[in-house]
Amino acid sequence: MKAFLILEDGSVFSGTSIGAKKDMISEIVFNTSMTGYLEVLTDPSYAGQAVVMTYPLIGNYGITPDMESKKAWPDGYIVRELSRMPSNFRSQGTLQDFLEEQGIPGIAGIDTRALTKLLREKGTMNGMITVNEGYNLAEILPKLRAYTVGDVVSKVTCEEIYVLPGDGPKVALMDFGAKNHIAQSLNQRGCEVTVYPADTKTSEIIHSNPDGIMLSNGPGNPETCISIIEEIKQLSNTNIPIFAICLGHQLMALAHGAKTYKLKYGHRGGNHPVKDLASGRVYISSQNHGYAVDFSTVEKNIAEEAFVNVNDGTNEGLSYIGKSIFTVQFHPEACPGPQDSGYLFDRFMDMMKGA
Amino acid sequence: MPKNKAIKKVLVIGSGPIVIGQAAEFDYAGTQACRSLKEEGLEVVLLNSNPATIMTDKDIADKVYIEPLTVEVVEQLILKEKPDSVLPTLGGQAALNLAMELEEKGFLKQQNVRLIGTTAETIRKAEDRLEFKSTMEKIGEPCAASLVVESVEDGITFAESIGYPVVLRPAYTLGGSGGGIAYDRRQLIDILENGLRLSRVGQVLVERCIAGWKEIEYEVMRDGRGNCITVCNMENIDPVGVHTGDSIVVAPSQTLGDKEYQMLRTSALNIINELNITGGCNVQYALHPESFEYCVIEVNPRVSRSSALASKATGYPIAKVAAKIALGYTLDEIKNAVTKKTYASFEPVLDYCVVKIPRLPFDKFISAKRTLTTQMKATGEVMSICDSFEGALMKAVRSLEQHVDSLLSYDFSRLSKEELLEELKVVDDQRIWKIAEAVRRGISYKIVHEITKIDCWFIDKLAVLVEMEQALRACAPRVAAGRSIDIELLKEAKRLQFPDTVIARLTGLEEGQIRGLRQRNHITASYKMVDTCAAEFAAETPYYYSVFGSENEVEETRGKKKVLVLGSGPIRIGQGIEFDFCSVHCTWAFAKEGYETIIVNNNPETVSTDFDIADKLYFEPLTPEDVESIVNLEKPDGAVVQFGGQTAIKLTEALMKMGVPILGTKAEDVDAAEDRKIFDAILEKCAIPRPTGGTVYTAEEAKKVARRLGYPVLVRPSYVLGGQGMQIAINDHDIDEFIGIINRIAQDHPILVDKYLQGKEIEVDAVCDGEDILIPGIMEHIERAGIHSGDSISVYPAKSITEKTKRTIEEYTKRLAKSLHVSGLINIQFIVCGEEVYVIEVNPRSSRTVPYISKVTGIPIVPLAAKVIIGYKIRELGYTPGLQPEADYFAVKMPVFSFEKIRDADISLGPEMKSTGECLGIAKTFDEALYKAFLGAGIKLPKFRNMILTVRDEDKPEAVEIGRRFEAAGYKIFATEGTAHALKEAGVKAIAVNKIEQETPNLMDLILGHKIDLVIDTPPQGAERAKDGFIIRRNAVETGVNVLTAIDTAKALITSLENMDIQKLTLVDVAQI
Repeated sequence: MKAFLILEDGSVFSGTSIGAKKDMISEIVFNTSMTGYLEVLTDPSYAGQAVVMTYPLIGNYGITPDMESKKAWPDGYIVRELSRMPSNFRSQGTLQDFLEEQGIPGIAGIDTRALTKLLREKGTMNGMITVNEGYNLAEILPKLRAYTVGDVVSKVTCEEIYVLPGDGPKVALMDFGAKNHIAQSLNQRGCEVTVYPADTKTSEIIHSNPDGIMLSNGPGNPETCISIIEEIKQLSNTNIPIFAICLGHQLMALAHGAKTYKLKYGHRGGNHPVKDLASGRVYISSQNHGYAVDFSTVEKNIAEEAFVNVNDGTNEGLSYIGKSIFTVQFHPEACPGPQDSGYLFDRFMDMMKGA
Repeated sequence: MPKNKAIKKVLVIGSGPIVIGQAAEFDYAGTQACRSLKEEGLEVVLLNSNPATIMTDKDIADKVYIEPLTVEVVEQLILKEKPDSVLPTLGGQAALNLAMELEEKGFLKQQNVRLIGTTAETIRKAEDRLEFKSTMEKIGEPCAASLVVESVEDGITFAESIGYPVVLRPAYTLGGSGGGIAYDRRQLIDILENGLRLSRVGQVLVERCIAGWKEIEYEVMRDGRGNCITVCNMENIDPVGVHTGDSIVVAPSQTLGDKEYQMLRTSALNIINELNITGGCNVQYALHPESFEYCVIEVNPRVSRSSALASKATGYPIAKVAAKIALGYTLDEIKNAVTKKTYASFEPVLDYCVVKIPRLPFDKFISAKRTLTTQMKATGEVMSICDSFEGALMKAVRSLEQHVDSLLSYDFSRLSKEELLEELKVVDDQRIWKIAEAVRRGISYKIVHEITKIDCWFIDKLAVLVEMEQALRACAPRVAAGRSIDIELLKEAKRLQFPDTVIARLTGLEEGQIRGLRQRNHITASYKMVDTCAAEFAAETPYYYSVFGSENEVEETRGKKKVLVLGSGPIRIGQGIEFDFCSVHCTWAFAKEGYETIIVNNNPETVSTDFDIADKLYFEPLTPEDVESIVNLEKPDGAVVQFGGQTAIKLTEALMKMGVPILGTKAEDVDAAEDRKIFDAILEKCAIPRPTGGTVYTAEEAKKVARRLGYPVLVRPSYVLGGQGMQIAINDHDIDEFIGIINRIAQDHPILVDKYLQGKEIEVDAVCDGEDILIPGIMEHIERAGIHSGDSISVYPAKSITEKTKRTIEEYTKRLAKSLHVSGLINIQFIVCGEEVYVIEVNPRSSRTVPYISKVTGIPIVPLAAKVIIGYKIRELGYTPGLQPEADYFAVKMPVFSFEKIRDADISLGPEMKSTGECLGIAKTFDEALYKAFLGAGIKLPKFRNMILTVRDEDKPEAVEIGRRFEAAGYKIFATEGTAHALKEAGVKAIAVNKIEQETPNLMDLILGHKIDLVIDTPPQGAERAKDGFIIRRNAVETGVNVLTAIDTAKALITSLENMDIQKLTLVDVAQI
């Protein structure tokens, strides 16, 4: 069946429908990872967005037990070619079936490179995937322009507290749309990880007396998370060590009076170099963010820049002065992507042990 | 300025002659590195024995020594030039081994010279099997159970403790030389004995066999601060068991999930960190297809063939970055040359798929086994890029130039199902064609996978291509009924990169009709850019590949005059790196004259496919259709075909049909040189004699001509390079056999039969501007006519012909060049008998000897030819026309062979070319030049001073004299009965030995005794080659004994040995010539 991707600038790509046969409107973003499509699909940070994979052959190894949350989150999925026959010893099915099961509409057979260039040049745009050959641009374009991602954290966070048992330090993980591997990275290091819904009050966290607090990644514009930012302000006034990733990093900066801004087309992929300014070492990182912290708005006595993106110089991490708080924009939990910065979890462990 | 200010003068060691396992990729790496060093203002001293390379040009390095790659030479060079640093990691295993020897001897320390790029300790840890294994154990990286053994007994004990089959890998050898898989004790002993001898340190690794696992490679970069990145990973379609150089390889990996991908990536980074490598490194893994279990197969602590491939596959300039790292830079300080926005400290991502297919030499070695093993056999490779795997595979297949254009090209349809299943078990270069046939027969993926161990994902992709074949074939009845084919189907076929010719063949339409349909429906190739970053950042790399069904990214440029340079495709015997040298220099020359240059080529190992050589690089197959698509977009003002070997020449007609003017010598004049009738008329007009002969189409006609001329005669197909199919026939029987062979090679052109003249063979390359000619020098072959010019030792200046003959040659060259209206280069081969000069071959284009003669005369004939093509006259370019004055030194070009790599290939020399590469010896005296040339080719004598002499009857008088001289040099001579008798009669001491079919001790025992320096064995002419001699030669080659099969070569060798001392060589800086 034919499908169409319509962008808010009026560009139309025609291809073949994949996944669920329904229309969707969303923000279109591209991801450059060559492997890890399942991890991308199940990363809650993609809630409210539709993802284009720049690598042309997707679905080669099928559906493996590598989900980063309990379901797939993107509103839509855009690929050059969807593999008709996956091959991997762990494959349990095809990506096509998975997209259908998850109710995600998609489009295949389009020139994803041309689309990526368009998004790079014009910046992230809203778009629509439709199977209606009689679509009417005049009707659709205003709808596309009107679309906003909105509050998505509340949709992706867990509903109830749950615990991953361990006999090491106790970590309270604030779930703003956490990828499983954040909790697992801590749990593998022996931590008892208690996962809290995003709207949990500070008092409840403090009451549980954790050794450390982990702020997770998550979707959407950080500035819209007003009440969460208030809670984080209070958390950061305790002496409990805090480690934050991605959205958590942005929220912590906002809680300290800094500003965030939307990147033209974001960083999404597994090849971004970040420099640890303390050591001068460069690490290749897994990234997925559309917003960034404007380091020039961070008060000098509040935090130092800890990591910077080697490609474009944007902020990739902060170390808060006089506090046991450090935050990164990228994903040390990997999955998908390089595992080079996994040492940051060890650093957090050391902080919790009072080292 | 380099980051490390102590580095001022660097010695870069190249990789020497092209051999199987060490090819043009090191010219690419070395050239890139030298340019990168010079960019930093360093003085670069270059050592490489290979004159056909671009890296040995004087504009690449400051001082250029084309000298043998031996420890003695490097020592003398270091004493002479006093570099402060040596960079050995860009010249393959050859350079690395040299550096290690120097380091171990303490010479570098003594002279206060540092190794940059990587430390000796790192090299040792990565290369020494024992150290490597213990290092891997230390960091918990698994290796297959293995043991380094130094004796056959230990090998047997260990192999039998872990169970057969076992893999054997000799330490410090090239391309897996001497390695293999042993399935039982007998095979183990065979391979192990050979491997122990081939290893520089007498060590062989005996290892658990992991054949059938997925073979995955990672290319990793690390700087001195410990920053590391992976440039690319690659998956071998052929699982473990086939050398990666002989495997079809895809980048990036296709069947690995993120978990497997990252697991191996992390492992590769751990390894490069532990080994403390600074620069590039290649890590090879075997990954269990049904678990996360993996083994590290091997680490190459240097730039390798795989890194050249990774560079071209991603656009990331590995060699250039490795050179900068050697100077102390860190990855985040080096700009990404592609995006100019990002830095070298980022990992390329691909938004396309890359397929590499090896070019195997079985068309040259008809008797050789096609089986692929852990011993590499490929002479070269092709790469292609597309947005689908199927498309990339189809493009790579037709880039091979082996008369294959689809999965139908090798026909297995006549096999029964049982036979086909048996055939599938044979691991050879035709495997994907067999799998395609299996798919056509409906044999399940599971069965195919169980036999071949090739992942089902790849089998399914082959099936997609087979299904398209079938869909196209299903159109045939429609077409026969006068209707056309479905446009959607045509679109899909083109997306899968089916060439028009194949679509035409399957559907029954004419090729022109397909083209017409495509044009009417706008189904044309569009071009995408290789930008290292999947379009995330804007890039300006002019590096393109074609796709169908997508938007075009390349804009037609206007303003400058535009020239299309056609490259020479994969490296093969007969068409090697020389033509890349010519293509690159032609491109540079046109650029200097203000042209916009466009290169089309498909060889990932070469300099010409580096994206900063031409203004635009199209990485595409060199077929008429692929070139036409580029022409339609770029509309070049002309095309140059005379520098790209036969590959480019073959496109001449097609280019003319497209309306592209051929710059330089016209196509009809190229044809005139090949067309017997026209050419004979030209010779007659010029009053130039040639050996009498005739043009024939059948064996009967050939025999008629041969009888008229009298045997022996030379039989060869027209339009070939490297003497493909050329043979000397001494009777009717030979003719039948040879014509049979020629007809097996697809052939539309007639066959030439000539009187075989045994005289001196002379060769010239000349530039002609239509009026005047310029001959840089006359080259003389040491072997008499009958041995292919590419396999002969070539001497400049010619030393045994008279001044009068030289003038005749000059005059004939002038007459021929003018009659053929040559504009650019011409290569002529002559035979001189007494004062008589005969023309035997004329090629109005660049030749194999062009780089060599350019370097040793200091006359850059490729740029000169390019300027002549543009319209300059020789006189305007500062040269006096005619034969240039002779140099006051000698330069000897020596062929180098890779016989030990190709099982069952006959090594005896004849009119068919067999050498894979060449090296140079240059010196004040002929003897020293010759000595250096032999040394460069790896003939380092004496060792044991034992030799075997066995010659055909007609060579006996000369053999006696050679024997006498070897005897005087202290050699003990073993000879077969007839030869021994002749020697003794003449008073030369000789020990008669039994032939191999006779009882022991016989010749074979002598050879396997590992105490023989040299075998001189001249086989009888014609097809009646004694089986005996064949076995002797094979065994000698495989046990590393030097074998000479021409009496003239033997004479040259003893001459060089009589007069030279390796410690007292004079080194010549050719940049001063």
